[in-house]
Amino acid sequence: MEFLSPSTWEEALAAKSAHPDAVPITGGTDVMVELNFDQHRPPALLDLTRVTELFEWEPDGSQLRLGAGVSYTTIIEKLGRHAPALAQASRSVASPQIRNRGSVGGNLGGASPAGDSHPPLLATDATIELASVRGTRHVPAREFYLGPRRTARQQDELIAAVLLPQPSGPQQFCKIGPRNAMVIAVTAFSLAFNTATREVGTGIGSAGPTPLRATEAEQFLAAEFDWDSGALSEEAIRRFGELVASAARPIDDVRGTADYRKHALSVIARRALGWSVSEYRKGEPQCV
Amino acid sequence: MRVTFEVNGEEVTADNVWAGESLLYVLRERLGLPGSKNACEQGECGSCTVYLDGSTACSCMIAAGQCEGRTVQTVEGLVEESGEGTDKQLGSVQEAFVEAGAVQCGFCTPGLLVQTDDLLSRTVRTGQEAPADTEIREALAGNLCRCTGYEKIIDAVRLAAEREAEKSGGGAA
Ligand SMILES: Cc1cc2nc3c(=O)[nH]c(=O)nc-3n(C[C@H](O)[C@H](O)[C@H](O)COP(=O)(O)OP(=O)(O)OC[C@H]3O[C@@H](n4cnc5c(N)ncnc54)[C@H](O)[C@@H]3O)c2cc1C
Ligand code: FES
Ligand code: FES
Repeated sequence: MEFLSPSTWEEALAAKSAHPDAVPITGGTDVMVELNFDQHRPPALLDLTRVTELFEWEPDGSQLRLGAGVSYTTIIEKLGRHAPALAQASRSVASPQIRNRGSVGGNLGGASPAGDSHPPLLATDATIELASVRGTRHVPAREFYLGPRRTARQQDELIAAVLLPQPSGPQQFCKIGPRNAMVIAVTAFSLAFNTATREVGTGIGSAGPTPLRATEAEQFLAAEFDWDSGALSEEAIRRFGELVASAARPIDDVRGTADYRKHALSVIARRALGWSVSEYRKGEPQCV
Repeated sequence: MRVTFEVNGEEVTADNVWAGESLLYVLRERLGLPGSKNACEQGECGSCTVYLDGSTACSCMIAAGQCEGRTVQTVEGLVEESGEGTDKQLGSVQEAFVEAGAVQCGFCTPGLLVQTDDLLSRTVRTGQEAPADTEIREALAGNLCRCTGYEKIIDAVRLAAEREAEKSGGGAA
């Protein structure tokens, strides 16, 4: 097994092109588990931790450009205002030690349906920046997840960054797990209001073969919500929960049954909506 | 491959490192630093916690090659120089764990010590208040202990925090 350690982005792309089988490694919190347990013996590891661009973030006009390697800890500490739902999700990941190393790029690279960054990326209509020696392209998160652990990323491509629209309204992330810390989600949900376009976005985690959107629920809520007064009936909140649950395609597994996941989703979707609506009425900027 | 990095203030070199080898393995098996414990190798237990370039991480989750040229501090690096010559004595966090009865089999202890040291660095050592119980629990959420039931561990962290706050003259800010 080779250890490739490029120090620039160009070198990293060239290395990935020359060794398409090389496994990129950033925080290592997914990759090392597989290596330690000998589940996978790739021909090469491609260490991305020396490529400084991947660890940078900057507000860029109407969006935040988040380097693929930026740790959850940095997102929590620095980016609560720029990316409220993603920051909330980051708080819920694993332990401080894992959050110091784990990255959104790594979460996207592994593309587990249980990854906590996926629901906020879907809800906020984020874009994934992919690059290879052939060039750079932008794929909406909503088109990125194709199947179980299958994504729009091509073999010779690396994830460069995630582009998050500046928030324009309340954002929430809720996660169900058997304890407060160190759990993979039984199910998770994210909701984002876009006051500028009068649209809402949703993202469902751990309740289908990929992270999912609840498009019917989004359309229902955008039409039902009174964007001027912030009014929304109890009945509409209940219906929204049902529509979110019906968009899920969960299975029974060790972490929970399909029925439980649907029920839990309807509950956390209602809660996320309730919190968002009161925040909307207060008109305060989202701040975590 | 060969990996050269700094551990506890000294430059070290490990030879014949396999590309997929963890920092934990290199520390324990090649460098003779068995303080960091190997209990799960999947990031779940925290007993292998070290500092890498100043922030804490599970050393079983770091590929050794990622440490080339970087700085690592292990639990061995938490001891303090005693006045005379090369003698070392337990650091204040370590003392507090012993005194509070937070050590039984000791397997989890190294990781807890490093994680506690980090918590104190971010709080009392910068003149901030001693961490609240919720902050202590949050900081230690990734460290499993099979023996103590955690209460003694939390007592130990409180004790260490109080002492360090006194030492630094701050803590009540
Ligand atoms: C104890 C423990 C608890 C965990 N809890 C959670 C949790 O609560 N929620 C959660 O979502 N996850 C959790 N995880 C999983 C993991 O921490 C996350 O998926 C994390 O985001 C992975 O990031 P990383 O940088 O460590 O990725 P790595 O392990 O370095 O890589 C992960 C995958 O992405 C690929 N990759 C990495 N960077 C790139 C890139 N720039 N371009 C292309 N591909 C890339 C790798 O090849 C690999 O396939 C947990 C892991 C552990 C060990
Ligand atoms: S041995 Fe590294 S976390 Fe358990
Ligand atoms: S003292 Fe035995 S595992 Fe903690």
